[in-house]
Amino acid sequence: MSALLEVRGLAKRFGGFTALEGITLEVAPGERLGLIGPNGSGKTTLINCVSGALFNDEGRVVFEGRDITRLPPFQRARLGIARSFQIPKPFRSMTVLDNLRVPLEYAAHTRTGQRRAEDEAMRVLETMGLAARAQQNSAGLTQVDMRKLELARAMAAHPRLLISDEAMAGLSGAEVDEVLEILFKLNAAGITIIMIEHIMQAVMRFSQRVVCLDAGHIICEGTPDQTVANADVQRAYLGA
Amino acid sequence: MRGWGFRAASAALLAAGLAFTELADNPYYFNATYVVLQALIMAVAWNILGGFTGYVNFGSAAFFAVGAYTTIFLQKAFGLPLPLMILAAALVCGLIGLAVGYLTLRLKGVYFAIATLAMGIVLETLVNNWSYVGGAKGTFMLTPDEHLWFDSYSEMLFMIMLVLALGSIAVSRALSSSRLGRGLAAIRDDEVAAECSGVPTLRLKLVSTTVMGAMMGVAGAPYPYFVTYVDPISAFNLFIAVNAIAMPMIGGTSHWAGPVIGALLVGSAQEVITVTISSELNVLLVGIMLVLFITLAPQGIVGLARKHWRKRS
Amino acid sequence: MFSADLLANAVVSGLLLGGFYAAVAIGLAIVFGQLDIVNIAHPAFVIVGSYTAYILNSRFGLDPVLVGVLAAPLFFIVGVAIYRIYYAAFERTGQESLSGLAFFFGLMFIIEVTLILVYGVDYRLVSAGYSAQTLAFGFVDLPGRMLVPFVVAMTLTAAVWLYLSRTFMGRAIQAVAQDRGALQLMGADPVRIKQWAFGLGIATAAIAGALLIIIGPVEPSVGRQYIGRVFAIVVLGGMGSIQGMLIAALLLGVTENLVSTFYGPSWAPAVAFGVLLATLAVRPAGLFGR
Repeated sequence: MSALLEVRGLAKRFGGFTALEGITLEVAPGERLGLIGPNGSGKTTLINCVSGALFNDEGRVVFEGRDITRLPPFQRARLGIARSFQIPKPFRSMTVLDNLRVPLEYAAHTRTGQRRAEDEAMRVLETMGLAARAQQNSAGLTQVDMRKLELARAMAAHPRLLISDEAMAGLSGAEVDEVLEILFKLNAAGITIIMIEHIMQAVMRFSQRVVCLDAGHIICEGTPDQTVANADVQRAYLGA
Repeated sequence: MRGWGFRAASAALLAAGLAFTELADNPYYFNATYVVLQALIMAVAWNILGGFTGYVNFGSAAFFAVGAYTTIFLQKAFGLPLPLMILAAALVCGLIGLAVGYLTLRLKGVYFAIATLAMGIVLETLVNNWSYVGGAKGTFMLTPDEHLWFDSYSEMLFMIMLVLALGSIAVSRALSSSRLGRGLAAIRDDEVAAECSGVPTLRLKLVSTTVMGAMMGVAGAPYPYFVTYVDPISAFNLFIAVNAIAMPMIGGTSHWAGPVIGALLVGSAQEVITVTISSELNVLLVGIMLVLFITLAPQGIVGLARKHWRKRS
Repeated sequence: MFSADLLANAVVSGLLLGGFYAAVAIGLAIVFGQLDIVNIAHPAFVIVGSYTAYILNSRFGLDPVLVGVLAAPLFFIVGVAIYRIYYAAFERTGQESLSGLAFFFGLMFIIEVTLILVYGVDYRLVSAGYSAQTLAFGFVDLPGRMLVPFVVAMTLTAAVWLYLSRTFMGRAIQAVAQDRGALQLMGADPVRIKQWAFGLGIATAAIAGALLIIIGPVEPSVGRQYIGRVFAIVVLGGMGSIQGMLIAALLLGVTENLVSTFYGPSWAPAVAFGVLLATLAVRPAGLFGR
């Protein structure tokens, strides 16, 4: 079975600073991949390169067999790559429902046809447990609801690959469970998920495979148990 | 406003305008309303890029002036009828909007704003040096004899402006509730998130600048016939640019009705002040009102009204 | 008509002019280059500086440069006040992009129109001993009214550059642009620092204005011609670089003067903006940008 996402030899530099180098990994369709690493290791940079927010200096990004390395973000979204942001970026002038209309009408537009966008948006909100907030202005949501809205908006783009960037940061234990449950549900429905998280118990529970970054390089790749036991990973997190 | 409500209101206003031309005689009223309607079109146009998309244009006067000078050029070269000139102005200014957008919209909004200022001066300098349309000395436009069934040419100009104004409001309103409008709002709220939600941001921004440019060109096209003497200093006047920004900001930028309210209120106030006190003071007042509204009531009159209703309910 | 004489003089007076432009642009280089605040009203403040020099020169016969230096602290206070309003209304709420721009636009307008209301549209001049004198070096002329502003401008630029790179406050200003968080950890208050920087920017306008009116007569709308120039200089030089700003200013002065000499003065305003547009389209980071 061919990979859904392939990253080959990717490198990204900012002036003299090398954020990523020699990144090569594959994500299988339907997989749950965890991406971990200490702060500044390049996780978000990698995600930015995959989603198109940044253009990598070297290497290729291949999605569903198609080279998307030079495609702008909006086209990658239309092909089926969606991401949530570490710090939620809602469309503040819009209601929760309208926030979802945008990706529905733009990213999902060509792939789901002319179904009424509002009904579709409501269905997504129900999956997320946000249906009650549909008409509320998105700027006034609680932290956990904002995170859910981020995921909901990514979902509304009808992605085949969803990248969740620290969606659970700062949430309580029960809230983490809520979000995790949603992600499991989405994966069961066939969506490949890459999860970036610092909350180790969430990563361990969720991931089938874990990739660990440190200072821009992949230092370990394997099952959650293998990763936790790996000496390089321990060193990266706890210091030499 | 529901669709039929808006159409009914527009029809009623058109009818009222026609009645007005039949009943009133004093050319002052037609001239004064022409000025307000012109400012209204400019304000509505500005808001498409400013309020709907979130990019500030300081060079509104340049689009307006190019519209006016397109008319002057076409009059000298071919002697075309006014409707064709309006169309030509829309085309030319739309293209300029597209070009400026293409050159600068890939950068931050701040650079776009400065570039619009730059574009304005460059265009003004070009026109200043173009003797065919009068250059720095300016040019005279003879009032045509033909004015359909109206009593005078200025009455006809007023009606034309009314039609154009209602048309621009209709375009703005349709835009704001369309898929395109929602895409623009997403760009305004968070451009990166919009792009990652599948919105082709550059493409939409270019549409926005083109529509804005075309609309402003349309506002400027009849201008030479209205004033009969045009020179670059008056056509490229900064005051036009300030009004184009002040009126939507005072009225409220997030709603299509905002620039309309702002233009009607501020425009009428300006007429009154110019006539009763002085035109310089009028200009000063606009500047002060702009600054006051931006700092104290950034959501404009529409925003204040919304807050008021929210408190009530 | 091309002659070595004409060319040499055009280049030299272009350099003198460019040096003066640096004095006008340096306030914006601080405020826009370091702090990302788009104060398009800066040239309007320069004009206020010109009028201040005019008033005190015509009333008391004070040398314009002296007036500029004396007025600078006052302008500094005004700058601080304006920044506080700007901060409270826009920066704190994150509205800088749209409303902040319009705020300064409105401010610029208010200043210009107030000057027109008070002083009318007549050109104003100052008289200073050196204005009429000219130093001659072979076939190159150095008119006093250009030379003195050039020297003062260079001194001002050097002073600001030293301030930003050597003093604590100066380095804090450079730091606040790059990393607010780190600054807060150091115990410095970013707001106070930005306030200080903005005040400094407006203070330079007092001096630049005095120099402007030495070079030539001033009336309220003259400020607008400088909007393009100062932004072209700051953008071409590269945000955050004072040296870049200086080089860009000299380049612009020479280019403008050459165009003016060989193609006529009516094309001069377009040069700055043309340069600006070209820079934005080709290399937005400028020559020395960060």
